[in-house]
Amino acid sequence: MYKVTINGLETAVEKGSTVFEAAEKAGIYIPTLCHHPDLSTFGGCRVCMVDADGKIVTACRAPVKDGMVVKTDTDEVRRVRLSNVELILASHHKDCQSCSRNNSCRLQEVSAFVGINQDRMRQIRRSVEPVKPDESNPFFHRDFTRCILCGICIRTCEEINGVAAIDFAFRGFHTKVAVLGDKPIKESKCESCGECVVRCPTGALYLAEPVVAEREVESTCAYCGVGCGIKLGVRGDRVVKVEGNRDNEVNRGDLCVKGRFGFDFINHPDRLKKPLLKKDGIFVESSWDEALDFIVDKMSDIKARHGADALGGISSARCTSEENYLFQKIFRAMGTNNVDHCARL
Amino acid sequence: MIQKFDAIEKEALKAMEKEQNNDIPQIYVGCATCGNATGAQSVVQTIKTKLDKENLTAEIKEVGCIGMCFAEVLVDVIKPGRPRISYQDVTPEKVEEIIDSYLVNDDPRPDLALGFFGEGGPEDIERIDTGDVFKNQQRVILKNCGVIDPENINEYIARGGYKGLAEALEMKQEEIIGVLKDSGLRGRGGAGFPAGRKWESCLKPQADQKYVICNADEGDPGAFMDRSVLEGDPHSVIEGMIIAGYTIGSSKGYFYVRAEYPLAISRLRKAIAQAREKNLLGENILGTGFNFELEIFQGAGAFVCGESTALVMSIEGNRGWPKPLPRPRTTEEGLWGKPTLLNNVKTFSVVPQILSKGADWFRSIGTEGSPGTAVFALTGTINRSGLIEVPMGIELKKIIYEVGGGILNDRKFKAVQTGGPSGGCLPEDKLHLSVDFDTLVEAGSMMGSGGMVVIDETTCMVDVARYFLDFTFEESCGQCVPCRQGTQQMLEVLNDICEGRGREGDIEHLIEMGDSIIKGSICGLGQTAPNPVLSTIQYFQEEYEAHIKDHACPALVCKNLIVFHIDEEKCTACGRCRKACPVEAISGEKKVPHTIDQSKCTKCGICFQECPERFSAVERLTGKENLAAAARGRLTDV
Repeated sequence: MYKVTINGLETAVEKGSTVFEAAEKAGIYIPTLCHHPDLSTFGGCRVCMVDADGKIVTACRAPVKDGMVVKTDTDEVRRVRLSNVELILASHHKDCQSCSRNNSCRLQEVSAFVGINQDRMRQIRRSVEPVKPDESNPFFHRDFTRCILCGICIRTCEEINGVAAIDFAFRGFHTKVAVLGDKPIKESKCESCGECVVRCPTGALYLAEPVVAEREVESTCAYCGVGCGIKLGVRGDRVVKVEGNRDNEVNRGDLCVKGRFGFDFINHPDRLKKPLLKKDGIFVESSWDEALDFIVDKMSDIKARHGADALGGISSARCTSEENYLFQKIFRAMGTNNVDHCARL
Repeated sequence: MIQKFDAIEKEALKAMEKEQNNDIPQIYVGCATCGNATGAQSVVQTIKTKLDKENLTAEIKEVGCIGMCFAEVLVDVIKPGRPRISYQDVTPEKVEEIIDSYLVNDDPRPDLALGFFGEGGPEDIERIDTGDVFKNQQRVILKNCGVIDPENINEYIARGGYKGLAEALEMKQEEIIGVLKDSGLRGRGGAGFPAGRKWESCLKPQADQKYVICNADEGDPGAFMDRSVLEGDPHSVIEGMIIAGYTIGSSKGYFYVRAEYPLAISRLRKAIAQAREKNLLGENILGTGFNFELEIFQGAGAFVCGESTALVMSIEGNRGWPKPLPRPRTTEEGLWGKPTLLNNVKTFSVVPQILSKGADWFRSIGTEGSPGTAVFALTGTINRSGLIEVPMGIELKKIIYEVGGGILNDRKFKAVQTGGPSGGCLPEDKLHLSVDFDTLVEAGSMMGSGGMVVIDETTCMVDVARYFLDFTFEESCGQCVPCRQGTQQMLEVLNDICEGRGREGDIEHLIEMGDSIIKGSICGLGQTAPNPVLSTIQYFQEEYEAHIKDHACPALVCKNLIVFHIDEEKCTACGRCRKACPVEAISGEKKVPHTIDQSKCTKCGICFQECPERFSAVERLTGKENLAAAARGRLTDV
């Protein structure tokens, strides 16, 4: 263990930790825009600069040394940090109220911490290029005027989802996050998992239908047998949002496109809530008893006439493991091994 | 000395002797990019046709740049037993005259000659190798440039080439590093890191593969030192790289050359092939068992790829982004994660000479802290622009007034810019400073890789700062906030100042932002980008203030801050300006002094140029009052 003194507080951290991690352990806040605990370090926002043994370094990258003395709030550190945040704001969309990240925005949080001053901002030349948002994806949109080029979405796509649909394109001030050929994101290999949207520190990536929920309900995703932990955002009697549950051991917050965005079936008018039986060529709603009796009759008849192997069952990936277990049990009890599952197809 | 090399050297000397024993004249044409751009290739063609027509025999040699760019196209003629006479500003027509007069009739044509080299030249032609241009120069790195045919390896060998390699191959690796350390050689790319120490730190790590990279991604505006060395003496760089490979235990080297240097690339290709043919490169070099291969990698033109880690990323096929600190040194973990030795063209090129002539010889040139010579691309408003090589420690004054021949048109000196977009501008009272790695940094500039731009009184310093900032703004890679956003912000402020929208507090804003960009940026590009602004504020603050407070551009350059006006008393109504004005803003008749309609004037400046000097009636006015008067219409009340 290395001993590190941060702002006079001594803390012991493991060798190989960064100054940022040490500060976190000591309970000291260091502002950052491009650092994310799930991802590799980037070091591009330069907002986490601190004084380590007299040198100005980025806390997210600098490894601790034994006996290191870190100061996170010297005049010099404050000045460099403030200047960086001011420069980001200079080309950032001015309107926070209409932004879906309002009140949960990292740039707002960091701006408040470094202390943005209107007199100073007046000296700064603001230039936000009026670029139209990319609304090609039905689930989330991209607003380039709110992008701070922290690269979190890029690293997420590569490191979390393994797709690498996006990367930095162009150079210098003209740098932007783009898919191959700078096309609309819908025309890329993006799988719309939405992991980038979750991690975007600003409102650059936002849900196509952003609705703020009034309460949260923990649940398990019913789409497949993985059983990802989710949090359903509910407003009135409707589910308006799904988020991955970071505390769930199964998925630790990650979700796929279905789990995150495929919840409109819940309140959909076409959703089947009762079994349908075909009578005179037309599907008619029936009771569960009637439907199950019908199935039992038909299956017994087939078994009697053609043998058990004339029967077969395909179960759904949306059933739980326990349900699938029972399903194959029924068929084996009937005397056949003809059991399959849609996830295999 | 390795026996095998003796044979190669003898063969080269013999080949050269054969060439020189021929009792025929030799004609050298400067065919580096600078020469070719001025028309050297058509001069070469004309010479060939002319010789055929006159039935004359002469050896034509396309040589590299001798550095006298102000006199291109340069044609040098050596008649047997006579000194080398250099002819300047040669055109196809002139070269026919030269051949007729000098080759046929033995009249050396002093009217066309620039000078001669050596002794025993014609009386009415000046000797140049002892004259102003060359007397302060010491050509070490450039010794072969403009002298040898860069496409003939024998010429290089005959002038002592590859001797350094032959000697190095008989030395222990540590011994070579010892010589480099003793010589005090510092990297010529700009930062001046001690080369011996760099090589040593690359020798130490154990690895199955190591790499040598030559950084030829020269990108400073107005700088062409590395290009000239590659075009004029490619073998010196190749030899240096082979020695480096042997020293650190590497079998593979890369030339990282910008694709904008096609001639350098083609000469390098030929030179590599020739060296391979002579077994100076490739497998089992000179029978010593040492293998070394060289590959050329063409950079796609991003300035930031001259930064070592971005350069490595670029070869690896990644986006050319510098790696943020802390990171392992390139000498430990460079290309493909292997120990990599990266040096500038000029650093590699001087190594062979240090090994063959010794560390003491190198130390005898230059200063204690910066031994050796410095190569500069001397440009700007100077009489003799070109490529120069001077001993370190020489005063800036000597370079500008003696080597460069002073300011063009006898105008007043204002500043000298060194170090390109990373450097700064130094005013007249700093001209006593000596040129070396450390002194210029103390004064707020830097030596950089060797650009030197001389600026006279007709240049606006805010505009100069804006020019360099525009360059770094365009070339910033975009990875970190201070550089990406900061250069843009500084550029916006400078644009405002130059265009009359400067605000009180802007100077302080620029200084503060500059400081944050220097401290916050990832790589050298951002860390030095504010230098041109900060150094001009340091030495020419009054010009910034004039722009901001009085809307005045003292150098009369910034278009938005000047108005054109015709002095009625001086105007002779000759009508030239009126006819030349592209927007018909000038009115007047014969014998009626002309006036400019300010509402139509686009400030193109043509009237100013057209007005004959003896009248000088068109003047440029600046300042709030003049601008306001112009805005009201005609400038009659000024």
